[in-house]
Amino acid sequence: MSDAPHSYVTEHVVAYDYRRSVGPVLGRFFTALRDDKQILGTRAPGGRVLVPPVEADPESGEGLGTDDLVEVGPGGRVATWAWVNEPREQHPLRRPFGWALIQLDGATSGFLHAVDAGEESRMHSGMRVRPRWRSERVGEIQDIECFEPEDAA
Amino acid sequence: MSEEKQPVKSITTPTRLVYQWAATGTQAAFLNRIARGELIGQRCPECRNVYCPHSGNCPRCGVATTETVDVQDRGTIITFCIVRVPSENIDLKLPYCAANILLDGSDMPFTALLDECEPADVRAGMRVEAVWRPKEEWSNTFENIRYFRPTGEPDVPVEKLGAWV
Repeated sequence: MSDAPHSYVTEHVVAYDYRRSVGPVLGRFFTALRDDKQILGTRAPGGRVLVPPVEADPESGEGLGTDDLVEVGPGGRVATWAWVNEPREQHPLRRPFGWALIQLDGATSGFLHAVDAGEESRMHSGMRVRPRWRSERVGEIQDIECFEPEDAA
Repeated sequence: MSEEKQPVKSITTPTRLVYQWAATGTQAAFLNRIARGELIGQRCPECRNVYCPHSGNCPRCGVATTETVDVQDRGTIITFCIVRVPSENIDLKLPYCAANILLDGSDMPFTALLDECEPADVRAGMRVEAVWRPKEEWSNTFENIRYFRPTGEPDVPVEKLGAWV
């Protein structure tokens, strides 16, 4: 056996379950997903409605709280999107899907979620979508499995 | 909607990264040699320190190490830690001793398991040697060494451990 370079490759996994407290505003957001199949946003000055809700106005830094929560959606329109041909292990869907910024009805900001459109040719900006709810909801963003086209059967 | 449910106070976000580690040429040389039951290190051309296992460069001088030298499979405990708490993915009987060992011929200690020794008897300066797996189980891995154990030689006086303590 020689000391000549020889290729050695091993696989490593770094995994960590990170638990974070969500605070009063996102706490209400996740509770509403779980218990009421409702999507909440924050009413901010200037007629803006931000989803998911926030504890501070991203423009002015002014504090916003649970009094500023409003229900939005559940339907909305795709603003922008990117198609995923080969879903990875931790993607929400096992088949090709679109990541989309969805402007939910009543909201002024985009809400990032997956759209199960079947094929890329069905995706377009402006398309109407609605949430598909998970049957066993636990209070996390995956309580919405994905969005699907409103004209789906 | 359920009346008994508590409001959501936290969420769990799993983080998982799968990556491949590829040995550099000099690291591969180390793995080739350990498959034969031999340990090698590399010497820094500037400060003359020997590193084992080596990464291919000197962490002090920042230059490539090129000269390969033999390192013994025995050495001296510099520091140690008696581990009494279990940890995921570490399948060892508690308590166990993780020892920082300076191998003879090397200038940089590395961490290895110490066994055949009661936790209360471990000390800095203790002389130890590698216990290898049976030869037929050897492959290109540091796991060819099962653990280190005391040799019974007289301790190295702590003042002779120099900058390490």
